[in-house]
Amino acid sequence: MASRDYMHRLPDAGSSLRRPESISRRWHIDLPLLFLLLVLAGVGLVVLYSASGDEIHYVKRQAVFMSLAFVGMVIAAQIPLEFYRRWSPWFYLAGCCLLVAVLFFGVGAKGAQRWLQIGGFRFQPSEALKLAVPIAVAAYLHKRSLPPSFITVIGTLTIIAIPAALIVRQPDLGTSILIAASGIFALYLSGLSWKMIGGAVVMALMAAWPMWIWGLREYQKQRILTLFNPDADRLGAGWNIFQSKAAIGSGGWDGKGYMQGTQSQLDFLPESHTDFIIAVLAEEWGMRGALILLALYLLIIARGIYISFMAQHVFGRLLAGSITLTFFVYVFVNIGMVTGLLPVVGVPLPLVSHGGTSVITLMAGFGILMAVSTERRRVLF
Amino acid sequence: MSENLRFKDHHTEQRLFRNRMLVAIFGVVVLLGVLVARFYNLQVVNYEDYRTQSDQNRIQVRPVPPTRGLIYDRNGEMLADNRPSYTLSVVRERVKDLDATIELLGQLVSLEDRDVEKFNRRLQRRRPFEPVPLRYRLSEDEIARISVNEFHLPGVSVEAELVRYYPENKLFAHSVGYVGRIAERDLSAFTEEDVRRYRGTQSIGKVGLERSYEDLLLGEVGYENVETNARGRVLRVLERHDPKPGAELTLHLDTRLQQVATEALGDKRGAVVAIDVKTGGVLAFVSQPSFDPNLFVTGISFKDYSALRDSLDVPLFNRVVQGQYPPGSTLKPMMGLGGLAAGIITGDTEVPDPGFYKLPNDSRIYRDWKRWGHGKHVDLIQGLAQSCDVYFWDMAARWNIDGMHDIATRFGLGEKTGIDLPREYPGLFPSRAWKRGARGVPWFPGDSLNAVLGQGFVLSTPLQLAVMTATIANRGTHYRPQMVMAIDGVEQPPEVLHHIDARPEHWDLVFDGMEAVVYSTHGTGKKAGAGLDFKVAGKSGTAQVVGIAQGERYDSEALKERHRDHALFVAFAPVDDPQIAVSVLVENGESGGGVAAPVAREVFFDWMSRPLEDTASRHSWRAPMSISAPAQRHPYQQETAIRG
Repeated sequence: MASRDYMHRLPDAGSSLRRPESISRRWHIDLPLLFLLLVLAGVGLVVLYSASGDEIHYVKRQAVFMSLAFVGMVIAAQIPLEFYRRWSPWFYLAGCCLLVAVLFFGVGAKGAQRWLQIGGFRFQPSEALKLAVPIAVAAYLHKRSLPPSFITVIGTLTIIAIPAALIVRQPDLGTSILIAASGIFALYLSGLSWKMIGGAVVMALMAAWPMWIWGLREYQKQRILTLFNPDADRLGAGWNIFQSKAAIGSGGWDGKGYMQGTQSQLDFLPESHTDFIIAVLAEEWGMRGALILLALYLLIIARGIYISFMAQHVFGRLLAGSITLTFFVYVFVNIGMVTGLLPVVGVPLPLVSHGGTSVITLMAGFGILMAVSTERRRVLF
Repeated sequence: MSENLRFKDHHTEQRLFRNRMLVAIFGVVVLLGVLVARFYNLQVVNYEDYRTQSDQNRIQVRPVPPTRGLIYDRNGEMLADNRPSYTLSVVRERVKDLDATIELLGQLVSLEDRDVEKFNRRLQRRRPFEPVPLRYRLSEDEIARISVNEFHLPGVSVEAELVRYYPENKLFAHSVGYVGRIAERDLSAFTEEDVRRYRGTQSIGKVGLERSYEDLLLGEVGYENVETNARGRVLRVLERHDPKPGAELTLHLDTRLQQVATEALGDKRGAVVAIDVKTGGVLAFVSQPSFDPNLFVTGISFKDYSALRDSLDVPLFNRVVQGQYPPGSTLKPMMGLGGLAAGIITGDTEVPDPGFYKLPNDSRIYRDWKRWGHGKHVDLIQGLAQSCDVYFWDMAARWNIDGMHDIATRFGLGEKTGIDLPREYPGLFPSRAWKRGARGVPWFPGDSLNAVLGQGFVLSTPLQLAVMTATIANRGTHYRPQMVMAIDGVEQPPEVLHHIDARPEHWDLVFDGMEAVVYSTHGTGKKAGAGLDFKVAGKSGTAQVVGIAQGERYDSEALKERHRDHALFVAFAPVDDPQIAVSVLVENGESGGGVAAPVAREVFFDWMSRPLEDTASRHSWRAPMSISAPAQRHPYQQETAIRG
């Protein structure tokens, strides 16, 4: 079984030996993934154009960020995986230091401190941790024998918990959960035993009640309650969900037509160009459009999983798997939130929502994915 | 770690990874399936519901109020116009903190406590998302200040609205009346249909023609479907059903005649009514003092209202249709005709007048107004000319009250004239049955002596006297008095209520008697015809003021003034082809012939000095006037010529 797997990989490896190096290989670009990402980014800009109404500058800004992000992706793809692995503790430590700095010197709005400002430049350190955490976890597990022992699991969870706790303090529960998820995915894929998974689920359920009472802030509780009864306060907390459901539902199968969405064009839909942008697409393009978008995401995820399967080492495998699954979580949480399945958490729809930093982090992640996909050739050479 | 072990580990790790990843793929597929199912549920299964929700969100039906019908006088002069006025309104649902918003608005425009108070009351009975007016009649400056600050005043808007404007101010306050804001009292009387018709409309006719023709003036409400954004701002109109404007009223009233009558009355309290003899159309309708109806349109201030309400001269009181005064001797021509028709007297009947009268078998002495009497041979014509009381007492003693009641009723006394104005009072002409019913005592012969002189129980409004006079001038045709000549250009035909049958020579006698009032040596109303080159027939009267209503606050001088008799004069002209009948009342004027008659003269002078096409209405049914315009020297003549 195992040897057949090994043999199975040989012809492919051999073929890369035989064929002359193509441009994509020389530049460490995974062409199917690049193609899918370009299509998605294009769709994103088109939807954003409709969602931003008269504010054309949103689209221009997003196009600039997307270009930068693609450049960033290409750069990230050039860096050898070995570099990421070796330097992972330092990325991680630097990221955590920045998070601590945010707690003391951070700036922000609406009661949350999330940004660091240096001169005229403003950035969100938690974005960097979105990559630093899975890299650190994958690197940590790479050196351990797998499946992970209990001690290894405790070590991994510690790596995850420190930045997650720091981000919760900002407070930014959504990002914190996503970062924790990326680390946990790597741990899970490394072969975490089902017993431990089961135990963790039981513990999580038991912790839910005390968490509700002491752990969550009032607005967070409100969002969760709103999920179960959105009609209770239509003009207040339930407004967003009420309006986004009306937008999506009234789109029907065919949609109301591009730029014709009454909910989105007439300002009924809040945050229509950021977190709730899928409602604009679903209203104007109907369920057909929503399915096409979901299919695009599915293909990207499938490609990511394929890359993770093909990876040479544990590090590359876990990192690619974690990045891909985290990407899926973004998609699911965002769409689940907008369609009223999940509470409102500030998670943008990847590559479609307006927002610079998240695009750059995402694309850097895909760059690493491409580095994984081209790694074995480098090793074989 | 040996090479072999590493190799083995590698395979275990890969197997574990595949295993976990397959589970994860399963999870991804399931969750994506959940999303697809969710989209299906929202967009296909519940499509209709959400479609409706989204339409309700953006589409609102807004009523479009109709334009209120305009009112013109007979010559096309505007008496009631609509002018734009700017109103500050608030949509409660769009305002987060109402108190803060109102406080901020108070810094931008002048807001009195009363405005806020009224606003709060309006808030109680608004429909959802309906703009509620906070301040009316914004100035240009105030509009500018609000639009500058509009961005931090969500839910606040300035709306242009057409409001009623009465360009002639006081002149037609009692006839045209006024509109006011729809009040609680109006609302409680509304039917379902009214509620629908008044959607979007802010005012309703309160007084005068504005009230009596409310149904026609209002028009039919329209509506439009508008698309709004989440902040309630109207983005575009999707569908519009235009409202139907209210009917346009053309009145019989003549602005210039109204002015002349008002000026002739001067600062005296009283009433002047002029009626077109051939149609019953009311040409002048003066009740003095008057008030500015524009004050009421968007809500009168408490100060203005109490000033009007508490004034001793009661300017809000419509003397023409609500003032019930004893008509006095102005009834004599009608009574004379009644006596002739009933055969009680003839043209040859002569009565000696020693200055007093005694009923047979009664010791009580009734004194004529003239101490020494009017001579030994007073006939009907002299009886009218000199207003001889004894002549009519003698007639009344030989007649009976029911006969008098009958003729008075047919001339329109004692019941509403049926004019197209609201809240008319009927006056009173007594009868046997009335006295038994109302007072519980039988009729005494002395009551008849009072009644024939328009005293005692008799009460009439100036309008009733004008109708009575016009009926005499018409030789018996009693038209219903009419304010409105045409509705939307459609002429309103005159309506005959009664016809009084009497022989032509009876009418001639009454005409001669009334002419003698103006022209004979001892006539009491000579001032009515002074300097006119057509003949006037009239009758003076005085009405005793029995008491005064509220006498607490004025000094004895004023008290004395208000104890004086009311002066009355009724007349028509020209005698050979009567065109216009006039009734004049001057409160506390004392002398009908001295004070009221000159007012009638001014009205005749103005009306008869018009060129034919000016006085004759443009409506075809009207008989052409038989006299040409005289009085070249009349000052208005030139003006008319220039206008023509």
